[in-house]
Amino acid sequence: MSAAVPLPPTLAAMLALAAGTFLLRLSGPALRARITLPERAGKLLEVSAVLLLAALAATSALTEDHVFTGPARPLGVLTGGVFAWRRAPFLVVVLAAAGTTALLRLAGVR
Amino acid sequence: MRSLWRTPKGRTLEGPLLRDIALVCLAVGVVGLSYGAVAVTSGFAWWFPVLMGVLVLAASSEFLFVGIIAAGGSPIAALLAGLLVNARHLPFGLAVPDVLGRGRRGALGAHLMNDETVVFALAQDEPERKRAAYWLCGLGILVCWPVGAALGALLGSVVRDTGALGLDAMFPAVILALTLPALKDRPLRRTALSGAALALTVTPFLPAGLPVLLALAALPLFAAETKKEARQ
Repeated sequence: MSAAVPLPPTLAAMLALAAGTFLLRLSGPALRARITLPERAGKLLEVSAVLLLAALAATSALTEDHVFTGPARPLGVLTGGVFAWRRAPFLVVVLAAAGTTALLRLAGVR
Repeated sequence: MRSLWRTPKGRTLEGPLLRDIALVCLAVGVVGLSYGAVAVTSGFAWWFPVLMGVLVLAASSEFLFVGIIAAGGSPIAALLAGLLVNARHLPFGLAVPDVLGRGRRGALGAHLMNDETVVFALAQDEPERKRAAYWLCGLGILVCWPVGAALGALLGSVVRDTGALGLDAMFPAVILALTLPALKDRPLRRTALSGAALALTVTPFLPAGLPVLLALAALPLFAAETKKEARQ
């Protein structure tokens, strides 16, 4: 894909995304200033944050354009995950993930 | 302005925490590299991922936005998908401790809200430390993410096949590493795994972004698992 991206509509959409994301970020603290949450609800919110992150990790590791990516990326992410589990620094986690995926692709695994 | 990384007693954030924050910012910069490279090889001008990096400052939505446009999708679809992915910032904003401040500073504080800063803030025990960790990590990412994107754009205009470098494995690895500590709790782990499985199951059928939000349907499971744990 090397054709130039049609700029004005894409730029407008990007600016709208920036504005919308900012409003989403503002609304949480603004809502909380008005209502006091019971402790249980606070715990459930923490759980939802973890749920969203876990789902994001799974879908971005395993799928691309609605289908399975092929084994190279998830195996790389898994390697990074093992390093993270063993409390390796973040940079090591990230480089291990990319390195594994790159080596697998070099060996012909997609 | 009072120094951000000093507690009232003048004690600085300890070495290990500072090192963790620095390493996360560095990792975000490296992921930014992959983002800039992917954007440029998809046909974007070099400044586009950099500008989007500063203004949107939310990695997954930016990857998605670039991916949808590159696949020939409409800007409206890319916008909606990006907003959908970023909808998690609303529950984040409810969960994050009181660290943002007020007025103009509060607005910047809200802009710095992301997966990493929320995790660091939640992990500290004292309010002052929560605030310091949040702001230091947030400002570090505000610098590292766009700089990484700019370097990646440079790289992408030289290396044609960035997939060969395995850069696409970086972002999921960072998110996984951020989530792992919370998964030591058994009820939480089971709930999160069910949610992730649900999201994966519906991914082929739903627009991008929606599967992640649908993982929240596993939330009632947490209450059930906690009860089961208490009985044992």
